[in-house]
Amino acid sequence: MSDCPTVSAPDPVFLQPWHAQVFALTVSLNESGCFTWSDWVTRFSAVLAQHGVDRELDGGDDYFNAWLATLELILAEDGVAPALEVNRLRDDWERAYLETPHGAVVRLDTP
Amino acid sequence: MPHDHSDHPHALLPSDPALRVKALETILTRKGLIDPAALDEIVDTYQNKIGPQNGAQVVARAWSDPKFRASLLADATAAVRDLGYFGRQGEHMVVVENTPDLHNMVVCTLCSCYPWPLLGIPPAWYKSDAYRARVVREPRKVLADFGVTLSEKTAVRVWDSTAEVRYLVIPMRPAGTEGLDVDALAALVTRDSMIGTALVQAPT
Repeated sequence: MSDCPTVSAPDPVFLQPWHAQVFALTVSLNESGCFTWSDWVTRFSAVLAQHGVDRELDGGDDYFNAWLATLELILAEDGVAPALEVNRLRDDWERAYLETPHGAVVRLDTP
Repeated sequence: MPHDHSDHPHALLPSDPALRVKALETILTRKGLIDPAALDEIVDTYQNKIGPQNGAQVVARAWSDPKFRASLLADATAAVRDLGYFGRQGEHMVVVENTPDLHNMVVCTLCSCYPWPLLGIPPAWYKSDAYRARVVREPRKVLADFGVTLSEKTAVRVWDSTAEVRYLVIPMRPAGTEGLDVDALAALVTRDSMIGTALVQAPT
């Protein structure tokens, strides 16, 4: 038996779990009225263009890095998630991963 | 380099963007702006429920039912709504039909607009700079990369999707499929054929 995927295997919808998560976050915020989809498309297109100035972006990590940068920009501007707070929580998550034994569920302590 | 995961004393550290997404999710959840269960539902919908099988039904029906085809060409959004395909990013859908004289291709040059209710989430290549930039400039070369060679007499038209208008290609029905019903026809219709980067092949 070969471990290679068969030719007919469908492409995964999302290549990484975080691609799916940031996608779902954005769709959910759009639906609750944080921004319209045309606003999103305008902002996202601008970030993609900016990221693509120096090199050709792929449709995987490059694409979703631009997606995440757009969402961070919008939420920072709105005051919903200021950059400092995002950075702090990012570091809290990193610490939680490093301090959690392998195999256990990683949780964030309540601040 | 491969390594033995059992050696890790701690949980495997996610990538930087993955940690940033978790940070956003935590902030938004604490502020009551999102519900993690709703996020899971959204991911599940696009991973498991909505995908090119919807568009394939629309195409197969258009091939089989001249009245449906006419209503689809006149007002695709309304016609597919009647089949139960509507929702996010499906507010204004337009179908474009391939003929021996005209081959249609779809792109979103600015980002990745796409008819979600009919095709789900676009594949990575649709979102890449390589496709978005090249398909307008050299559509026949892009088609060749996908293994498609058209007759010189067939014109190629590229449609640029936006947040306002999203396109679906109705590929040409292959010869030798006269006896097939809608479900059998739908099984032949691929995602790429509805973006315009593939042709539908007759069953072998």
